[in-house]
Amino acid sequence: MTLGLINANPVVHAKKERVARPLDDPHADDAVDPLEIYDYVRDIRDPEHPYSLEQLSVLSEESITVDEKLGRILITFTPTIQHCSMATVIGLCLREKLKDCFPAHFKVDIKVAPGSHADEEAVNKQLNDKERVAAALENPNLRQLVTECLYSSEL
Amino acid sequence: MSLVDESFELKELQVLEGHADRVWSVAWKPATGFDGVPAVLASCSGDKTVRVWEQSPSSGSFQCKAVLEETHTRTVRSCAWSPSGKLLATASFDATTAVWEHVGDDYECVSTLEGHENEVKSISWNASGSLLATCGRDKSVWIWEVLPGNEFECVSVLQGHTQDVKMVQWHPNMDILFSCSYDNTIKVWAEDGDDDWHCVQTLAEANNGHTSTVWALSFNATGDKMATCSDDLTLKIWGSDLLTIQSGNGSAPWKHICTLSGYHDRTIFSVHWSREGIIASGAADDAIRLFAEDGDGLVDEPKYHLLLKKDKAHDMDVNSVQWSSAGNRLLASASDDGTIKIWELISLAGDQKPPL
Repeated sequence: MTLGLINANPVVHAKKERVARPLDDPHADDAVDPLEIYDYVRDIRDPEHPYSLEQLSVLSEESITVDEKLGRILITFTPTIQHCSMATVIGLCLREKLKDCFPAHFKVDIKVAPGSHADEEAVNKQLNDKERVAAALENPNLRQLVTECLYSSEL
Repeated sequence: MSLVDESFELKELQVLEGHADRVWSVAWKPATGFDGVPAVLASCSGDKTVRVWEQSPSSGSFQCKAVLEETHTRTVRSCAWSPSGKLLATASFDATTAVWEHVGDDYECVSTLEGHENEVKSISWNASGSLLATCGRDKSVWIWEVLPGNEFECVSVLQGHTQDVKMVQWHPNMDILFSCSYDNTIKVWAEDGDDDWHCVQTLAEANNGHTSTVWALSFNATGDKMATCSDDLTLKIWGSDLLTIQSGNGSAPWKHICTLSGYHDRTIFSVHWSREGIIASGAADDAIRLFAEDGDGLVDEPKYHLLLKKDKAHDMDVNSVQWSSAGNRLLASASDDGTIKIWELISLAGDQKPPL
């Protein structure tokens, strides 16, 4: 782990007001709703700062796109700075959080927003290498960090 | 048998359940599945175990005969039987390679190979069973000599890949080693004599190579062609001159023959060439595809066509496809859905259409 924060002064935004979604929607279980997915991930805590990914504008409602027909979900996030070394950790947090959230055949791709990272291609490649993701989540240190990011709001 | 005129069906024979996490690889045990010897298959998983399945001679169904557990402390990523079938090597994210021997009814871990700095991803035995190769995320390829008494000695650590090495595979009849990597290249390694191994060829983008991670490679039966598959959504066929390979002196350069693109729309994790010449692929779109060489292609420019596509072969990504070498046209597939499936390639009479 590097000493000192990568980005010591992030810009923090207010949380967007949450819209209550109807619970009696007959198609609630069939459809994969991008806003529902957003609800799952918006409060993930940033690995370095005591704020959520939403508050740091790493994620927004527009971050999630779903193609129901193909069974694909694309999440695009914006690291707070161009040389963010936590981008892969954020990717791990997103995958871990979403792992049981939709039908098994759905494929999830995670990318950094175009132009938002100096090593965009390299980061995207790592974020989507399933074997690298699996191995990373078996690493106790990374696992610990991911757990903290996912569950700190509950602690 | 003509692969061009007939139509085929991939019939699902059985679903093998038992693993508690995704299944990464399967390997058929050599010299089983014919002449009254029941077919045997090993599988390995994210649940840190290896399972050995055996086909019952009476019912034809596969049953789990052994669970190899409490040895690896992380995902077991791949497994490979020695050519004699006496030993089973397993590669794990725990940075070790375990070697198991069938003792009575069970399997015993008789050796643990350490040395890789982190996840070991693949193992391969050479044709004679005298050498074992391993590779991993530490970008290196290790060659181990098999000594009496289940001893293994590292004879070379090969550096050259600039990223995670995904798979190693020995040539089917020569002691030439092939590796493929996250660095988008395939490397060929040969020995100068006296354990001096070095890279004799690199197949990169500039050589009509892949433009993203190369996940797997597989040789045809004669060993003069190789298929590779990639995150770049293509399968590539490479060829070399058989006589030059076999002469052993001088390098036998591999050249790109053909690229199969437009068939896959997600990462292709596995490719395996059957003894009959059918290429199977397993991909992240949950499908299995079979390809065969065109009957009327030129000798120098063979072409390949899609024989069939099995949509939704599994509920999730297909990580591994392996043909049995027993000539029984059985194919095993492993998936993120935690199951292994056994398929049989059935050829249909010319005027029959496969059932919907």
